[in-house]
Amino acid sequence: MATMRYLQAIRLAITEEMERDPNVFLCGEDVGQYQGTYRVTEGLLQKFGPMRVVDTPISEIGIAGLATGSAMAGLRPVAEFMTWSFALEAMDQLVNHAAKITYMSGGRIHCPVVFRGPAGVGTQLSAQHSQSMESWYAHTPGFKVVMPFTPADAHGLLKQAIRDDSPVIFMEHAGLYGTHGEVPDDPDHVVEFGKAVVRRKGKDCTLVGYSRGVLMCLRAAETLAAEGIDCEVIDLRTIVPLDMDTVAESVCKTHRAVIAQEEWRNVSVGSEIAARIYEMAFDQMDAPVERVAGADVPMPYAKNLERAAIPTDSDVVAAVKRTLA
Amino acid sequence: MAKTVAERSSEDDIQRQELTALYRLMVLIRRFEETVYQKFHEAKIGGYLHRYDGQEALVAGIIPQLQLPGDYILCTYRDHAHALACGTSPGAVMAELMGRATGCAGGKGGSMHLIDPENGFLGGDGIVGGPVPVSLGVGYAIKYRGTKNVCVCYFGDGAMNQGGVHEAFNMVGLYKLPVLYILENNQFAMGTSVSRSTAQPDFVKKAEAHGIRGERVDGMDLLVVREAASRALKHIRESGEPYFLELNCYRYVGHGIGDDNTKGWQTYRTEDEVSEWKLRDPIAKLRDTMEARGYLTPEQADKIDEEVREEVHAAIVFAESSPEPALDSLYDHVYS
Ligand SMILES: Cc1ncc(C[n+]2csc(CCOP(=O)(O)OP(=O)(O)O)c2C)c(N)n1
Ligand SMILES: [Mg+2]
Repeated sequence: MATMRYLQAIRLAITEEMERDPNVFLCGEDVGQYQGTYRVTEGLLQKFGPMRVVDTPISEIGIAGLATGSAMAGLRPVAEFMTWSFALEAMDQLVNHAAKITYMSGGRIHCPVVFRGPAGVGTQLSAQHSQSMESWYAHTPGFKVVMPFTPADAHGLLKQAIRDDSPVIFMEHAGLYGTHGEVPDDPDHVVEFGKAVVRRKGKDCTLVGYSRGVLMCLRAAETLAAEGIDCEVIDLRTIVPLDMDTVAESVCKTHRAVIAQEEWRNVSVGSEIAARIYEMAFDQMDAPVERVAGADVPMPYAKNLERAAIPTDSDVVAAVKRTLA
Repeated sequence: MAKTVAERSSEDDIQRQELTALYRLMVLIRRFEETVYQKFHEAKIGGYLHRYDGQEALVAGIIPQLQLPGDYILCTYRDHAHALACGTSPGAVMAELMGRATGCAGGKGGSMHLIDPENGFLGGDGIVGGPVPVSLGVGYAIKYRGTKNVCVCYFGDGAMNQGGVHEAFNMVGLYKLPVLYILENNQFAMGTSVSRSTAQPDFVKKAEAHGIRGERVDGMDLLVVREAASRALKHIRESGEPYFLELNCYRYVGHGIGDDNTKGWQTYRTEDEVSEWKLRDPIAKLRDTMEARGYLTPEQADKIDEEVREEVHAAIVFAESSPEPALDSLYDHVYS
């Protein structure tokens, strides 16, 4: 085990997979010579050269096409979007091409591509730069959608993503880049998709999160523990595939659930999980499922408005209390 | 016919007044930009900041020539200068940067989304290339109404590589719309130089490929920019056709507040290169020209500097003493 930051774990995963498989290459804006906007890809150009670390113009359609086409032709690209907000430019290449080619070809073509980059909200980046849009991709059949919370998961899930034969949407959280954690030394450390993990055991209420939402849940659980309320915290790790068995098992024990996410509430990941809890365990529930989510507004710039738009652990605390009322 | 002494001196007066106003505007932009990082480090400003130091002639040479309101302006996130040039008060700009209710977007937009529709300013855009497709629609609205107005659309060298830009160029060329494109070629898109981002660095050719006339202009010289823009605007107003100006300039500071260190710069430019461009500083250049023509004395220049510092200080005081937006305004303006 080595302790490292989330962003270093991502860099390590890319490095190890590039060393393991000569078909893996990286492309994106300022990933090479500039050493990466968030320094995630620092040193990779020097290590692997310009054929495998490709600096692109600010052309997201081009980046998505470079990755999709080269994957269809047998390579295993890792394409970086400087942030997921800019991937909107490339929506057609992503949704109508990368996600669908395997199905449209009757399984004759694979598209083993990873689209990765920072997502998440905060730091007053305002409407066009501060948004979380995982449900856009989760909605699209063909994509696997991965949102790691810990450095170890960032490492193991990214390695799994690169080895996966389907297109993977890998959403990092810029606000987690600096967080530390233990990462296994094993160069074959992979974390299987569709396996949620229980980050904290509890009996009174199930808190479901992913990415930084897990942090909200863990903090809330701690606050509530001091008041004698015992929460179980589940980290989904992947939105698609979605491990509902772990969630259902937990709610059958606690009979209550709160889902925490940064993205907008309307038609979101939380909506889907709530619906599935009702489908799987309606008769087990002692209270309606609660959702803690971003306010349904374009992210405002002003600090006080932004604070009101972004969910926090105290919103989770309040939601848990509503389920217990 | 030879001009009389009186005629010549009144022309001189007009020139002097005009140039003094433009000089003052450039100094205002420079001083304004010089304060914003400090306010960021004081945690008065959040988010991200993109400064215009070195590029002042691109707005001072063009926007004051526009008919505002009537004409329209669109630009990128590097937009403080554009707002100031449109006549948005420095206080409203600074208040927006500080997320105050008195900001030009009520605190909802921040640095990248300054806007002032009453002065023709349709806003800064955080998405690279984003304003260019929008300019197509604005140009269409002008043509639709049949006025002689123009939409001026600023964007960066990096934006030239966005697909949407080329769709818009083609349609603006096809429909013959009154849009003036200003390519702010500050040589870099973050850490990527022009030569590393395009196999065809002749941007004028790219515009011409879409049926838009264009030319390359020295963006470090206000008089040259002003003259080129004046010709381009005249052409657009008379013909209704688009025009493209590539203005070469240089971004003195880092890309933005996150690139505010010379260590990061070393991956894409040298200190020497920065210093060389600074020798061509547009403010110093205009000042020299004006002094040589007898339009400005060193004392007058100092006085302008002093007045501008006071103006910026007043903007800061105004912004800092303004209230935050009301919390219950969070859901206002999601819909009209
Ligand atoms: C579509 C999109 N991709 C990436 C970004 C991130 N980004 C912001 S500014 C910038 C560089 C733009 O360079 P240029 O167009 O030359 O304008 P400049 O910043 O030099 O004024 C990049 C890559 C973005 N905002 N939008
Ligand atoms: Mg540029």
